Amino acid sequence: MTEKLVIIGNGMAPGRMLEHLFEQAPHRYAITIFNAEPRVNYDRIMLSPVLSGEKTYEQIVIHGDGWYIDHGITLYKGHKIVAIDRTAKTVTSDHGVTESYDKLVVATGSVPFIIPVPGKDLPGVITYRDLDDVQAMLLAAQSREKAVVIGGGLLGLEAAAGLAERGMDVTVLHVMPTLMERQLDPAAGYLLQKAVEERGIKVICKANTKAIVGDGKVEGIELDNGTIIPATLVVMAVGIRPNVNLAKDAGLAVNRGIVVDSGMQTSDGDIYAVGECAEVGGMIYGLVAPLYEMAGVAASHLAGDSSRAFVHSDTPTKLKVTGIDLYSLGDFAEGDDREEIVLRDATAGVYKRLVLKDNRIIGTVLYGDTADGAWFNDLKKKRTDITEMRDTLIFGQAYQGGSLLDPMAAVAALPDDAEICGCNGICKGKITSTISAKGLTSLDNVRAHTKASASCGSCTGLVEQLISLTLGDAYNPKAVQPMCTCTELGHDDVRRLIKAKGLKTIPAVMQELEWKTSCGCAKCRPALNYYLIADWPDEYADDYQSRFINERVHANIQKDGTYSVVPRMWGGVTNANELRAIADVVDKFEIPLVKVTGGQRIDLLGIEKEALPAVWADLGKAGFISGQAYAKGLRTVKTCVGSDWCRFGTQDSTGLGIRIEKFMWGSWTPAKLKMAVSGCPRNCAEATCKDIGVICVDSGFEIHFAGAAGLDIKGTEVLGLVKTEDEALQHIVALTQMYREQGRYLECIYKWAKRIGLDEIRRQIMHDSEKRTAYYERFVFSQKFAQVDPWSERVSGKDKHEFNPMATVTFGQAAE
Amino acid sequence: MNWIPIGNISDIPLRGARCVKTPQGKVAVFRTAENEVFAIEDHCPHKGGPLSQGIVHAKAVTCPLHNWVISLETGKALGADEGEVRTIPVRNEDGTLSIATERLMLAAE
Repeated sequence: MTEKLVIIGNGMAPGRMLEHLFEQAPHRYAITIFNAEPRVNYDRIMLSPVLSGEKTYEQIVIHGDGWYIDHGITLYKGHKIVAIDRTAKTVTSDHGVTESYDKLVVATGSVPFIIPVPGKDLPGVITYRDLDDVQAMLLAAQSREKAVVIGGGLLGLEAAAGLAERGMDVTVLHVMPTLMERQLDPAAGYLLQKAVEERGIKVICKANTKAIVGDGKVEGIELDNGTIIPATLVVMAVGIRPNVNLAKDAGLAVNRGIVVDSGMQTSDGDIYAVGECAEVGGMIYGLVAPLYEMAGVAASHLAGDSSRAFVHSDTPTKLKVTGIDLYSLGDFAEGDDREEIVLRDATAGVYKRLVLKDNRIIGTVLYGDTADGAWFNDLKKKRTDITEMRDTLIFGQAYQGGSLLDPMAAVAALPDDAEICGCNGICKGKITSTISAKGLTSLDNVRAHTKASASCGSCTGLVEQLISLTLGDAYNPKAVQPMCTCTELGHDDVRRLIKAKGLKTIPAVMQELEWKTSCGCAKCRPALNYYLIADWPDEYADDYQSRFINERVHANIQKDGTYSVVPRMWGGVTNANELRAIADVVDKFEIPLVKVTGGQRIDLLGIEKEALPAVWADLGKAGFISGQAYAKGLRTVKTCVGSDWCRFGTQDSTGLGIRIEKFMWGSWTPAKLKMAVSGCPRNCAEATCKDIGVICVDSGFEIHFAGAAGLDIKGTEVLGLVKTEDEALQHIVALTQMYREQGRYLECIYKWAKRIGLDEIRRQIMHDSEKRTAYYERFVFSQKFAQVDPWSERVSGKDKHEFNPMATVTFGQAAE
Repeated sequence: MNWIPIGNISDIPLRGARCVKTPQGKVAVFRTAENEVFAIEDHCPHKGGPLSQGIVHAKAVTCPLHNWVISLETGKALGADEGEVRTIPVRNEDGTLSIATERLMLAAE
């Protein structure tokens, strides 16, 4: 009979334990997990990159919902276990679910330490432990106000850097004289403080918090010396302690953590503990490598192999703040029996210190240049006698053996058992042999198969060097990025060859350019469809099956599978008749939400797909056409009221905006194209963060382009100044056509401009009238085929199959 | 097996899909470039996206919401994602398509 395994906690340690267990004894247990957090298992080390915006939650998920389903695991999300009954062998959650077990694994992790000062419970005081904390910080950061981080350790500094990155004014308070004093000596702590301050973060050391002050919410922090630091957000990152209450209540042996033997077994033979809550050999751990070691040991024991024992090893500490390199390992306190070798290069911001005992390395602190960390770690681990290389030891591995080695040679010289990825305990030999055995050729593949550099990512450089070492010239990370896995060719080559070989259908492109798949994928097909329609507007038959759903049905799909509809409102101008028509449609179709968009028009949300043609028919009767709010193409032209109404207006900005929109609607572009026209430099239409914008001035029209206000925020560049409205239109159209012909699919205009060079674009559009005219004319030609309202086409019956189910099976039929 | 006719293969565009409404939820019926027909639940294992609205390539479909790629043959997520939807037997007799109801009932459980 299958045994029942119950796990309390769903963090990284139990996740890894299950991976090992499924390898060793795949079907031995029926598994139930209780997770106090309402979600799946994610990479907690990567919370800082999520906070700073370098990654998203989706990117740090380790096991998606599917993984639990595939392995038949019952996962209770948001269930906190409140009691373990060791006699009855059951656990009970706060929602009242009781589950019995044969074996139980306690993986309750740790809880943040809260300093017991007045005001610690005020709203606005948070800790830094899980995704909820990150989300709370992100929300608070939107105010761009002041934040105080209490704690100048690893977590505190990462939180501070992330909040500063998000635009907050951050102060770090640290109770000790230097930052990260447990991992860094004072000299490195000082360098770190300077680097942190250079990011605009204030650091106050020897700061004792007396109270958190505020009336109903956080308003500031008061220090011992009476100083008050204003803040709307306080993050406490002063440390963690093992979460042992549940185990203690159950009567398990508990010291600082839950006491386990070297097989991760607690004082109850059927109960194991892994992760930050476990205390093994008198030590508790917070870094991922030893926790993964625990996971491996526990898995072996659960699988029936009780020979494996937990072995302590020092783990290097690395800070995950982009641009600050530090590495520390082992014991670096001073002592009579110890010697040290120190290298300082203040200009380069490099500090290295090795602590030696009996001619062997026992501790390492590296700041600014951490490349030799793995090598020093290896020497320490193997207890290598360094007498022979003592004179050059501090310079690193490249300086050993007389001649100067390049970094590649240094990696090549590492022994096979040298640890490369500290988080996952992956050594060099494992990586190189897996690359050869599985024929891996990319960093992503190596990560997937070995897990090297898949946790904190700081050893990515080393892993890449190993890949090039193993593959030689076959690995070139700077090589042209292929469009997708269906081809080796990059976007530019494909565009060039489509023109050069006169390829006019998707099958022709795939055949001639030797596509590796039979009919492409969801990445290359829409790209090819765009290239073909842009290059052969009169000849190419648009392939709707290669378009993303929104462009296929001319509406925007929403998370629940309904659609939203945005009619065009030229230049953002409307009237009573149009508004009345919209109101009638909303009533008739019971549209749940009507919303004004950022592009000066009206969005109707929550429409069932089958109702779309009828909605469009009614809108069409009032003169509306599709606003193409779904298109990689011209979206909106925002305007201000201009010289007709505004006392500052210099030109008719509304009129120009409408003229541009009427001229350019319907055109497809590599990525969405949003424009704006402002009537004076006060810029009420916000034209200077658009893909293309116009600022009207007394002397004419200043044309801007290459702005961004999405994932990236970037002001526009000036293309040039023209005198008349006609010229403005011609230049804008020519610029758009140049982008249409050269842009890579999904490449925004600012990225394209960066790649091509602003001067080159100005030269062709502003100063080469022949080129400009040619671009303009090609756009005009293409518009002959593009300016067909897709809504009225569909009201007339085109693509009817898109909007109706193929069949409806009734209950009677199904039950027969 | 109890087969229910749902229409003709020509009702579905090549490299396209249609959905069939059933009392147990929507079923997505696909037609590949090679004229093969597959039916799976119209519900992505990730966030429930309507798979019938995705781009069809080879014997797979890419979900329109977050780009998961689902095998039409096995219903399993391809690549690094993990998850699975039920496949539903579909029969093609000279272009007339039918789906089997037993699996529909199963899917409803």
